Amino acid sequence: MTTRSAAADLEHGATPWLLVAALATTAPHVEHLPTWLSLLTGGALAWRTWLWHRRGRLPHRAWLALLVAACLGGIGWQYRTLFGRDAGVALLVVFMALKPLEMGSRRDALVVVMLGYFLLLTHYFYSQSIPTGGWLLLATGWLTATLIRLYGGAQPLPQIARQALVLLAQSLPFMLVLYLLFPRISGPLWGLPQDAHAGLSGLSDRLAPGSISHLIQSGAIAFRSHFVGEVPEHASLYWRGPVFDEYDGLTWRARSAPAGERPVPPAIDASAPAQAYTTILEAHNQRWLLALDMPTTLPADSAFGFGLEVLAREPLRARARFGFSSVLAYRVNQRESPAVLQRALRLPTQINPRARALAASWQALPPERIAEAALTLFRRENFVYTLRPPLLGANAMDDFLFVTRSGFCEHYASAFVFLMRAAGVPARVVAGYQGGEINPVDGYLTVRQSDAHAWSEIWLAGQGWVRVDPTAAVAPSRVEQGIAAALPDGDPLPVVVRLDADWARQLRNRWEAANNAWNQWVLGYNPQRQREVLSRLGLRQPDWQEMTAALAIFSALTLAAVTWWTLPRGRRRDPVERAWQGFCAGLARHGINRPAWEGPLDFAGRVAREKPELAALAAAAASQYAELRYGLADAGQLQHLQECVRRIPKPRRRTI
Amino acid sequence: MRPFALVQRWLFRLGRDEELPIVLSQRRIFIVPSAAGLLYAAVLLVMAVGAINYNLSLGHALIFLLAGLGLVGMVHTFNNLFGLRLLPAPCAAVFAGETARFPLLVENPRRLSRRALEFAFTGQPAAILDLAAGSSATVAIPFVASRRGRLDPGRITLSTRYPLGLFRAWSYPHPPFSCLVYPRPLRTPLPAASSGQQTDSRHGVNGREDFAGLRTRQISDPTRHIAWRAVARRTDDQPLLVKQFAGGASDELWLDWSLTPADADPELRLSILAGWLQIAEELHLPYGLSLPGSHFPPALGDAQRRRCLRALALFGTSEAAGDD
Repeated sequence: MTTRSAAADLEHGATPWLLVAALATTAPHVEHLPTWLSLLTGGALAWRTWLWHRRGRLPHRAWLALLVAACLGGIGWQYRTLFGRDAGVALLVVFMALKPLEMGSRRDALVVVMLGYFLLLTHYFYSQSIPTGGWLLLATGWLTATLIRLYGGAQPLPQIARQALVLLAQSLPFMLVLYLLFPRISGPLWGLPQDAHAGLSGLSDRLAPGSISHLIQSGAIAFRSHFVGEVPEHASLYWRGPVFDEYDGLTWRARSAPAGERPVPPAIDASAPAQAYTTILEAHNQRWLLALDMPTTLPADSAFGFGLEVLAREPLRARARFGFSSVLAYRVNQRESPAVLQRALRLPTQINPRARALAASWQALPPERIAEAALTLFRRENFVYTLRPPLLGANAMDDFLFVTRSGFCEHYASAFVFLMRAAGVPARVVAGYQGGEINPVDGYLTVRQSDAHAWSEIWLAGQGWVRVDPTAAVAPSRVEQGIAAALPDGDPLPVVVRLDADWARQLRNRWEAANNAWNQWVLGYNPQRQREVLSRLGLRQPDWQEMTAALAIFSALTLAAVTWWTLPRGRRRDPVERAWQGFCAGLARHGINRPAWEGPLDFAGRVAREKPELAALAAAAASQYAELRYGLADAGQLQHLQECVRRIPKPRRRTI
Repeated sequence: MRPFALVQRWLFRLGRDEELPIVLSQRRIFIVPSAAGLLYAAVLLVMAVGAINYNLSLGHALIFLLAGLGLVGMVHTFNNLFGLRLLPAPCAAVFAGETARFPLLVENPRRLSRRALEFAFTGQPAAILDLAAGSSATVAIPFVASRRGRLDPGRITLSTRYPLGLFRAWSYPHPPFSCLVYPRPLRTPLPAASSGQQTDSRHGVNGREDFAGLRTRQISDPTRHIAWRAVARRTDDQPLLVKQFAGGASDELWLDWSLTPADADPELRLSILAGWLQIAEELHLPYGLSLPGSHFPPALGDAQRRRCLRALALFGTSEAAGDD
């Protein structure tokens, strides 16, 4: 037993728990906080630790108020606002760093813990990966242990840790039930702040020299696809993103829709069976959905754009699943509207005279031969495929075609389209991804930012839009095997793409497959997924009332189960009593029953009279028991009593 | 007020526990969220809005985990009290103004250790107890005794917030506790010893007492001991003087109710008697106690002390009447 006085004051020994909690919940934010704020947070916590160590007095409140005001000013100056996601997180971190400096009572400590729980949530703004989840689970455990320390007083660390683990383990079933059954609401409840979707990467809505070669440096995953049937061969995997048909001499842009004009669904003449697949697309803050050319079935809430690309209604701000089916052999839009074709011929005048002259020399040829001529040019002359092309001048196409002759897919695609348009063949630039890599662990085709690609499309009478990939003419291995095979050694590439070692590749595959499952089942659990799961559980088309009822029932069942499980039961039987009862039971088999009222020594005396051969044993057991029960015996004597129980002879069978 | 009190009586099953030991069953344990629990719920609500707004799947998971943690915490807080057995023990008597400590044997018969059990009488400071699985311990519950007499501390509030502080579970065990509170001793000089069996009005006339001198008057000195002549000789505003008498060796010290100022408050007179008793104990002087209705012949020792203090504590109460 320990007794202590009731105290609303914070115990000295509880302070380190709170300081570690503050550190654990703020530390991962260092990655995106301004340096001065990280230093200030670390400094404040270090100062508090020093004060704790020296048992020094906490600073005066006026100083703290001044410090808070200074921090507010600093954050306002840094972020230009005190509201919004990032500034809000910075404010929370500042509070968490400074609150310990005025922490004198248990109530203050409680505020720190609650602030800690809240800070855990803010980390998910920036990352919801498996390591983040793991770290935050640890931090949750620590915060819980801190509460146990606050309300349970000083205890050995393992005991607190065990109790925290038990509590968390018992709350896991609740988490599962709520996660599966809590009615999910999709979409924001109100307008999100400006900075809500910062930092999403992907293809951009314009194409300038260098834009794709920049993207290619990233090994980040753009999307994963799972094919119902066999995965098509690498060279036919063209995932269509934005389509560019406006050129200003430097940059290609997607055309802004003319007023009143709406995209017409394409006329697709399929010459192969459609392939069904599911894509899990990472958020890229754009509307295009990267369907495999040429999609025949589109997911809900999406439609074709002007360039046959699939567009969602809203920019994609969270990872999402889409189901498509596509045909890989097709003819599309054999009859195209004149307006579209007209736009596919427009070029800025004045610039690139040499390229224009070259194209003009091909004008007499039929369109197929013109394309052939351009590809032959790329193939014959010593064009180089590189991620580090030299800079181009004002006549970018002339410089590229006749001087530098080294470039990347965006250079080849735009030069080809320029030549085609100059020669009178309708053409446009298509950006997207080409290829992908199958992860043997889960069978998903993984497409990375490093698979970003740009190619061309020309319109031929009788054939419609035909894809021409001029990069394939220069570096065929790019299309057949991927970027790593096509680039010359020494060109910079993200490490993940260059992995040669088998074990490293395998490790990465496993990690990414785990991530994929995590993304789909944990992060991707949205209203739609919830409906799928519920219908598998037998709730078809559940409305919110049914879901609430199911939630209530399952929560109550879980609570009942946890209560039953944790109920303090099982009276711990006294080992002395148990041994004595065992001894009496043993003698009962010899025909001597001890009534409940008979004392041990009386019983031994009666045994001596009725069964003299057991007298010594009974006397020993009774005296041991009496000593253990009523005297000052130590635990060693219990063994003697138990020994007596073992020494009771087996009763002889009566032979009558 | 009256209906409310009735509801409270019914809901909390107030009233003295007749059956011992008191076993804390689920009908006797009450639980509500604490202020910390309400704050926790508010924080979770705000977090939930944030998680929905930003569509954070892991945020949902975290909030659901924390919600489950709250519920599990509730179960554990309840379990922290459930099944405890309480057995009261007699409380040592105290003087008024001291803190009485009511010993309560707390048994934990279950395979679960209990922590941070707070025992308190209404409006009194708490005693805190931790109890390992299957063990028992005695907790001394304090009660600041302000008045002499038989102290009934009322019901105990046994509460706990362990483990998470989000819920407060409590129970109202009401064991038959009582404690004797002696009058607060007021230390004044001892009265003179006398030889008579009974000492009352004829005290000063007794020929075996010799005049021993004068001293300044204390509040406990009877008015007839005042040395009026000596006082009259003095012109200034000095305190009154009283005559002192020195008795023989065989004289008995009687702590007599009538020796205390008759015009003083009875409680004050009892305090004076208690103070005399304390001094006599310290000086190892045998003393007798004479109260209206009860007389204890002079003696010395623990039994005498207890007997006399008990008479002082219960003087004028109904319990004193039936006492021997």
